[in-house]
Amino acid sequence: MLALAGPGANPFDDLRQMLALHFMVNAFRAGAAVAVLGAVIGWFMVLRRQSFVGHTLAVVSFPGAAAALWLGVSVTAGYFAGSIAAALVIALVPRSPAGRAGTQESAVIGTVQAFALATGALFVSLYGGFLDSVTGLLFGSFLGVSDGQVVALVVMTVVVLAAMTVIGRPLFFTTVDRNVATARGVPERALSVAFLVVLGCTAAEVSQITGALLVFALLVMPAAAAQQLTARPVLGLCLSVVLGLVVVWLALGVAFYSTWPVGFFVSSFGFAAYLAAGGVRLVRERKRRTVGLGAGRAAVPAPGMAGA
Amino acid sequence: MAETPRPADPPAVRFEDASVQLGGRDVWSHVDLSIETGTFVAVLGPNGSGKSTLIKAVLGVLPLASGRVEVLGGPPGESGADIGYLPQRRSFDPSMRVRGMDVVRLGFDGDRWGVPLPWGSAHRARDARVDEVIDLVGAGAYATRPIGEVSGGEQQRLLIAQALVRNPRLLLLDEPLDSLDLPNQGAVAGLIADICRRFGITVLIVAHDVNPIATALDGVVYVARGRAVSGSPDDVITTETLSALYGTPIEVLTTSDGRRVVVGQPDASSHHVGAHGHRHDHP
Repeated sequence: MLALAGPGANPFDDLRQMLALHFMVNAFRAGAAVAVLGAVIGWFMVLRRQSFVGHTLAVVSFPGAAAALWLGVSVTAGYFAGSIAAALVIALVPRSPAGRAGTQESAVIGTVQAFALATGALFVSLYGGFLDSVTGLLFGSFLGVSDGQVVALVVMTVVVLAAMTVIGRPLFFTTVDRNVATARGVPERALSVAFLVVLGCTAAEVSQITGALLVFALLVMPAAAAQQLTARPVLGLCLSVVLGLVVVWLALGVAFYSTWPVGFFVSSFGFAAYLAAGGVRLVRERKRRTVGLGAGRAAVPAPGMAGA
Repeated sequence: MAETPRPADPPAVRFEDASVQLGGRDVWSHVDLSIETGTFVAVLGPNGSGKSTLIKAVLGVLPLASGRVEVLGGPPGESGADIGYLPQRRSFDPSMRVRGMDVVRLGFDGDRWGVPLPWGSAHRARDARVDEVIDLVGAGAYATRPIGEVSGGEQQRLLIAQALVRNPRLLLLDEPLDSLDLPNQGAVAGLIADICRRFGITVLIVAHDVNPIATALDGVVYVARGRAVSGSPDDVITTETLSALYGTPIEVLTTSDGRRVVVGQPDASSHHVGAHGHRHDHP
């Protein structure tokens, strides 16, 4: 990919220049939809220790998209078809009674992932087209996001987030404390299937900006960084969204002036955010330990005060 | 919150000729027992005898093969907020970045669909109640820390707060003292007994070491060899009954101030003898 322009002396001029281009505006819009969705679903995925499943669902979107390319149908539809189909297959795997992500499950998921990549390679070979499109499928591309694609991405984000507002709290409950949630009548099995489908939709959507192999840049990095920074659930979700948006927009802005692929910048900025968050946590914990030795725990507000 | 014991009720839990099967085999069968409201009752028995199964039958998550069980005057599984449940030892992943108070809060309304509004009287009432139970179990100092980072005893207090947060009438605790060190066993046992007395809550506690709770018990259910029987501590915690129950020699000693100490209990090694600082009710 060629650099589309060189940065000038005035950053505001650069910004105006960039936003005058319709395809860049579309890239920012699509990036925002993708970042918000990835950040929210990623937060749950990281908490549920389901990163391996998330990775597989993203990888599986690649054969879907490659098949769509070969057949000459919508690549967006291909991404979603691949991921959602794989989510349903994984949901059918019976789980070990011990609980989450047993060895059986991860073996099946690994098998699905390997087969999916191989199928993708087959479709690419059948397609026989430009290598550029294939690189785009794997490592991301922000050029030529059409108005129709932006609408599709925004609609998907809204639909998935609406579903999450309904199931989010019980899903959080089963994630943190499965036995008690089940005893309270939370339909744990149905919720985990629903979350797999939601995760499949998200992986497919994020793939369209970062490529199938770099989905974690938006699915794991902002969420993991946010969880380093805070243990409060609502604040963590908000932080994750903010980090995701900043990472994507910054990466798009830089990629506009660079010859390097956008996926590289998204991943690098996400990685930087994660490292910074880890550093902040280390410093804080050290500080708390030294403070804890001196002043004890007097700083903790007394519970029950709010109860009047 | 009910500060006084509730008036005399029908038994909190009643089994009538009840049997439970797992994988086609009887775990226990023809069980008749009743647990009076407001009492503190231990469920004792060897490993694998069906103690947790008994709790699950009361919860209604495990259907009976035959007979019936009545919980708080109704069928099991329909009492909802009236039952607080603490499952067998859960260990939270040390990297779990969720605060203890969030876990307690989930006990309050985690089973509801939708998103709670972050304002309004319902929200304030919830927060007040969560603070109140955290205070009650003495977990205020560490409730804002990630639950994976606090000690086992601290986690257990937070989980008891979670079980209590909806003001239950019946508390089902499955081995809450397991894997705690001795001072914490005594402190947590004292806390549970104190809550049972102060709020008139019926407590059914599964234990494989009776010593930490022996002084507080009103009754004992013992489960062994496919049977479950209830009795008073005086009848059950004796050398003869326990030896027969566990199928291994067990001795019950009486100390000078009348407390019973169980020696040679399976699963509980003899180092428990003589370490009974936990008798004092509350930490």
